[in-house]
Amino acid sequence: MSEPTPIAPPRRAALAPAAPVHLNAEIVVRARQLIALYPERRSALIPLCHLAQEQDGWLTPEAMVDIAGLVGVTPGEVLGTASFYDMLHTEPVGRHVVAVCTNIACLLGGAAELLEHAEHSLGIGAGGTTADGAITLEEAECLADCDRVPCVQVNHRYVGAQTPESFDQLVADLRSGARDADIPPHGTLIRVRRTTGIEADPVAVAEERRLAAVARSARADAADGAGA
Amino acid sequence: MGDQDAETGGTDAPVDEGVEFTIDGRTVRARKGEMLIAAAERAGTFIPRFCYHPRMEPVGMCRMCLVEVSGPRGATLMPSCFIEAAPGMEIVTDSAKVKKAQDGVLEFLLINHPLDCPVCDKGGECPLQDQTLAYGPGESRFVEEKRHFEKPIPISDLVLLDRERCIQCSRCTRFADEVAGEAQIDFIGRGEQIQIGTFPELPFTSYFSGNTVQICPVGALTATPYRFTARPWDLDQVESTCTTCSVGCRVAVQSSSNRLTRLLGIDIDPVNHGWLCDKGRFAADAVNSEDRLTEPMIRKEGALVAVSWHEALEAVATGLKAAVAERPESVGIIGGARLTNEGAYAWARLAKGVLGTDSVDAQIGDGLPAELVLGLPRATIDQAASASTVVLLTGDVREELPVLFLRLRAAAVDGDVAIVELSPQATSLTAHAEVSLRYGPGDAAALVDALVSGGTPPNAAAEPGALDRARQLMGEGPVVVIVGRPSLAEDGELVADAARKLSAALPEARFLPALRRGNVLGALDMGLAPGVLPGRVALEDGRAWFEEAWGSVPLARGRGTADMLAAAAGDQAEGSAVTALVLLGADPLTDFPDRRLAERALDAADFVVAVVTAPGAALDHADVVLPAAEAHERPGTTTNLEGRVFRLGQKLVPPGQAWPDWMIAGELAVHLGHDLGFDSVGTVWDEIERVAVSHRGITRTVLDAHGAADGVVAPLSLSKVSLARRNAPLDPVAVPGVESVERQGASLQAGLAASPNAAADGPEAADPSDGGPSRPAVLSGPGEFAVPHVAPADGYSVRLVASRVLYDGGAAVASVSTLAGLVAPGALRANPHDLDELGVSSGGQVRLRSATASAVVPVEPDASLPRKVVAADFNVPLGDGTVADLIDRAFPVVDLRMESL
Amino acid sequence: MAIADPPKIVTSRLGFDDSHTLERYLATGGYEGLRTALAKTPEDVAAEVDAASLLGRGGAGFPAGRKWSMLRKAAVTYLVVNGDESEPATFKDHLLVERDPHQLIEGVVIAAYALQVTRVFIFVRGEFALGLERVQAALNDAYAHGAVGRDIFGSGFSVDVVVHPGAGAYICGEETALLESLEGKRGFPRIKPPFFPAAIGLYGDPTVVNNVETMSNLPWIMTNGGAAFAALGAGRSTGTRLFALAGHVNNPGVFELEMVKTTFNDLINAPRLGGGVPHGRGLKAFIPGGVSAPWFGPDQIDLPLGQDEVAEAGSMLGSGSIVVMDDHTCAVRAAWRITKFFSRESCGQCTPCREGSGWLERIMDRIERGEGREEDLDLLLDACDNISPGVAWPPQQTTICVLGPSIPSSISSAITMFRDEFLVHIKEGGCPYG
Ligand SMILES: Cc1cc2nc3c(=O)[nH]c(=O)nc-3n(C[C@H](O)[C@H](O)[C@H](O)COP(=O)(O)O)c2cc1C
Ligand code: SF4
Ligand code: FES
Repeated sequence: MSEPTPIAPPRRAALAPAAPVHLNAEIVVRARQLIALYPERRSALIPLCHLAQEQDGWLTPEAMVDIAGLVGVTPGEVLGTASFYDMLHTEPVGRHVVAVCTNIACLLGGAAELLEHAEHSLGIGAGGTTADGAITLEEAECLADCDRVPCVQVNHRYVGAQTPESFDQLVADLRSGARDADIPPHGTLIRVRRTTGIEADPVAVAEERRLAAVARSARADAADGAGA
Repeated sequence: MGDQDAETGGTDAPVDEGVEFTIDGRTVRARKGEMLIAAAERAGTFIPRFCYHPRMEPVGMCRMCLVEVSGPRGATLMPSCFIEAAPGMEIVTDSAKVKKAQDGVLEFLLINHPLDCPVCDKGGECPLQDQTLAYGPGESRFVEEKRHFEKPIPISDLVLLDRERCIQCSRCTRFADEVAGEAQIDFIGRGEQIQIGTFPELPFTSYFSGNTVQICPVGALTATPYRFTARPWDLDQVESTCTTCSVGCRVAVQSSSNRLTRLLGIDIDPVNHGWLCDKGRFAADAVNSEDRLTEPMIRKEGALVAVSWHEALEAVATGLKAAVAERPESVGIIGGARLTNEGAYAWARLAKGVLGTDSVDAQIGDGLPAELVLGLPRATIDQAASASTVVLLTGDVREELPVLFLRLRAAAVDGDVAIVELSPQATSLTAHAEVSLRYGPGDAAALVDALVSGGTPPNAAAEPGALDRARQLMGEGPVVVIVGRPSLAEDGELVADAARKLSAALPEARFLPALRRGNVLGALDMGLAPGVLPGRVALEDGRAWFEEAWGSVPLARGRGTADMLAAAAGDQAEGSAVTALVLLGADPLTDFPDRRLAERALDAADFVVAVVTAPGAALDHADVVLPAAEAHERPGTTTNLEGRVFRLGQKLVPPGQAWPDWMIAGELAVHLGHDLGFDSVGTVWDEIERVAVSHRGITRTVLDAHGAADGVVAPLSLSKVSLARRNAPLDPVAVPGVESVERQGASLQAGLAASPNAAADGPEAADPSDGGPSRPAVLSGPGEFAVPHVAPADGYSVRLVASRVLYDGGAAVASVSTLAGLVAPGALRANPHDLDELGVSSGGQVRLRSATASAVVPVEPDASLPRKVVAADFNVPLGDGTVADLIDRAFPVVDLRMESL
Repeated sequence: MAIADPPKIVTSRLGFDDSHTLERYLATGGYEGLRTALAKTPEDVAAEVDAASLLGRGGAGFPAGRKWSMLRKAAVTYLVVNGDESEPATFKDHLLVERDPHQLIEGVVIAAYALQVTRVFIFVRGEFALGLERVQAALNDAYAHGAVGRDIFGSGFSVDVVVHPGAGAYICGEETALLESLEGKRGFPRIKPPFFPAAIGLYGDPTVVNNVETMSNLPWIMTNGGAAFAALGAGRSTGTRLFALAGHVNNPGVFELEMVKTTFNDLINAPRLGGGVPHGRGLKAFIPGGVSAPWFGPDQIDLPLGQDEVAEAGSMLGSGSIVVMDDHTCAVRAAWRITKFFSRESCGQCTPCREGSGWLERIMDRIERGEGREEDLDLLLDACDNISPGVAWPPQQTTICVLGPSIPSSISSAITMFRDEFLVHIKEGGCPYG
């Protein structure tokens, strides 16, 4: 993270959250639909981070500011939360994120050697991005496909067990666009939209939660009464 | 706590309810819902800890406080900070298993901790260091490379972060989120890589950031101003009260070699819960300023030259005598809210009893009628924080009384109180308010009328239902009204009128005056206001009593600051002139909300005396300058907005020949031919206790009693004085309560003069029966004051709101370099529709014009403002000047033309 | 012991290429269980599940019926489905989510009906992009079919089901961390007590958290009855279970087997199952229930696949994943990799887990690279002891969640079973297996 510049931001800025400026209109519409699925806005924080990655490929500071406004937290909380999760990249990544699992089952199946090959042939270490911005290589933890080892995912799509040779072919295909049909660019996670459903009607949820609160306090009173 | 009817003394009285459980075989009692760690501590068993803080929700993260707790499956290790004591529970804190777990946690904490204690600010008072000595393993078995991060990075102008030292206890992040309500710092990353951080380009600007430094159990967060200034074992400390604002947070004042090194918050239940705002914490540094005035000075041939006290006082006496000889009211005394109670009393007696002038005013045009403040039934902070409804009729509490904001915010967030806000603009409590109603300057009373009698509000834009909701909430007692000055560009009487209407409609409501300056309420109690005498007594009611006590009392009510300045400037054709002005630690040029009037008044006055601690613009106008001692350099007492009287601790010797204010008044009286009979600050207090009826019973013995560590609220309500035992949870890790300060190495000179159980005489018992005049009654009710007529706005003008920000250009901030950088230039805020009509966009400029002034200022939209109402922050740069240049106190509200350029 | 040939309870449809579609689902008896359930009272549905003695399939093995009965009565309650599957070498929920999402949804609605919850969230591991798409598509179809949403199949019962994507953090499989994550926060597990989800769960309201496989059993139980389910298996371990077999076997994969009636030996060596260790090598050790579990040696291979049986032998069936290591496997390296996993995945709250996992990883790494010291073995075990006092099974803990005490499992297993191998690394400065 870059060093913060010690400047006092406009004091009253915090009083009115700004409307999204970085996320595009379509993403904002989808973001608001997602927010409506949850009784509390903040629950949509991670789905919104995925959406932002769909737009930008990674989670930019500008997107985090927008998300903060949309779900009602500070940008610091978006960064703090997002940085907990491996899939949310708060630094730029390549168009394709190639994840090689080296956890136990894959390790027993030669994953360390595959990763070493990948680092060598891509010319980058795990965590690095190739100079052309095409590939980011990651050493992954278990990807839950342990009967096809060593397991590799590209942009969270399984591409099956890989040998050094098939890996090089995979990278070539990714670079040439030959896999574009089955592997969307990094950031795009769920291409199926929710078409129907009962949205979390805020009024109804509020009423539910009010009733819950009444019940809670009644319980507390009862407990107090019992304790006295 | 803090109520007067709790038990006396400092012993741990038995908790009669609660639960019985055993610690290491000993049967003890816990309060209901109390965590084991706290219950154990009260019972004398200290369980080591890092993340637990008694004023925040427990998280159970550091795992240092593990103890064995009996359960259905045998004894298991549990975090004592997270487990409530339950009946019959058996806990073991000293078994080999517990010891091993604690050793293990310490070893784990230390593996990645840079052992840079010799260069760490926390060295010597570091719980990690201490606990390593007390509980830790010997040799480190860690031979690998430690985790590395860039060494301290500034996360704001005030706070540095050293991530290598961080032990991930989350105290700072929880404080920022839970207590301050601004999660500007947070954990970043996961697992071993987890670290504290801010968002890029968004520094940690919270007004409360210094608390995170104080509660950080290691040296991960350090304060820029105090970096490397001292080692804890060199520090001397005394308990005192912060007088930066009138909340009165309890502090430990620490010094080394007669320099103030830092202020730490002390946790007291009724007031600050251990917290301080950054202004209070860091502005205390002003006392160290190189610019402090150290010698009396007299203007000779145009220049101020140093003279002896004798010569200076002689000159003051001569000047004042000349003025008084004409008429006593030719002398006006402005200021006093920064003095101790004793200083304020001495000056009040000097003015009213010796000089004979009643034109004395501690409120510099930014207050409320003294009779109202003193007469309305006063609420305590606790009463506000536990009221059913709090009505806000004041400025932005976070900007003016920051720690009161924390208390109110916490109460609102916990759902304990409902807030009804009446304000011309959004404030930091708006988000927590159940109802927020807007009004334009001058319309507060009309809004209250609409609320209490069901009429239509002045600002028709109120949301439908909002008024009804507000009415409903105000009908649900107990109600506390917080009344202050939403704007310095309208007369205080206009707000006072609204408060008066509220008190008439809600007879049970109590009022908390949100007046800002450190001891403004003490100054009013001591009579530093026209029309009142010490002890919250009206001039006429107290005449006989004080003639007996003082020998004489002014013949008639005097003037307030605005009228004094107008009279000095020659504006008041009908009234007689003010020719001599005494400025008691006040500078009308920066503080009075009409700068041009202040300037004309000081120019025109024949004789100006400035009693000051540091240079300021007023010195240019002064004929005599008397150097006064600052906070922390003088003993005495101060009074907060609740009326709570606190002992002040003196830690520093005043520089050069600066004197405490009571002494200046006393010596000046001698030069005027009167002996006030004060030979120590204590004798001043004794007189206050004797003659100020509201303070009867608050003897020095009472103030010094151990039980009075949390202050004593005046007036005492009961005939038998008994005091609360200090009951606040202490945080030995990093919130130094008295005990923990000692534990952390330096001794605390708490100055406990009397035995804790020293019985005090109640007010009744102290009644003299020597046949003298009977004691006057204290003021009650909102009092009499004239409400100026406000002409309706003309449709072409905008009406100005001048509100306050914490970091203003005032003396306290300006003399501390770390804070001065935080003063941000302001902009004129206006309703976006009004700006659209003018064709001005955000970031653009407009011209503001009054009959006598004009300025070009930057603008920004603020949708919270009603149409035709504009707002700007007082005392920060606005365009080429400040908003004070545009205010004309000859009018009750300020109407301006706003034009595009 | 013969390999039992039980009914396929959760894998019956997996032979079809279009097993994830509504058409296939309906053609193979789909949503019949739900219709059966809706015809009963919620209490009767819960009673049926209780009778089945369905143990949770997420790892802890708590009986679903019991958990449901503990749900605190409240105006707002939630059901949250745990599809975060990240325990290394566990890949059964992956299969169910991708290949039979309707079965999961049907199970979820049955549970929602029995519990009368307000809302359901299916938390699916973020890395399951295809799985997320499949569940969302299936949900859309299920809504259209009337199996989810308002007035389900005309029963008057309504419930909304929301798919929530994870974002890559193993700890979010721990149920309270999952709830935190679902609330939009970092996945810090909550302290139990008092945060048992059934009492204080999502948004502070009572919540049932159940695993994907647990839910996927419900349609069958509704159709065939709890008693039929309980008739399978033995003791507390009823029904069938998915076992994910990985590592050094000829035929790795997910197998649905009757509980207890099958042994580890069957699973690893039977030709129709694991097919034995390849290249004619011997069995060195196997991990019986996910990498959090202590290892077993060849002498324990005849243990039956039953929850209590494995527990009595000092380990756990956990998430039902079995990792086989042949006799050419470096135990130090295997244990190091598992330790590295925990170090990367520790959430970072608890000092012992945050700092201990990283320290242990570094020591293990040093030993593996041939830079170990003899005293490192005692140090490893003592540091483990400071995370999990006694380093025994079932573990004690100095931490908030059981990720902490899972860290020592592989280290102490490896040291106990293969101490010599550590000493070779230390004394000879390298690995005997190259
Ligand atoms: C570190 C850790 C990781 C876990 N991961 C998972 C997981 O990926 N999937 C799962 O269903 N349960 C997981 N669990 C278990 C859950 O906490 C919980 O017991 C389970 O979801 C309950 O569902 P069940 O009763 O249906 O098994 C994990 C527990 C721990 C401590
Ligand atoms: S044991 Fe580890 S993973 Fe579990 S809560 Fe503690 S730090 Fe997080
Ligand atoms: S875990 Fe109890 S004090 Fe930190």
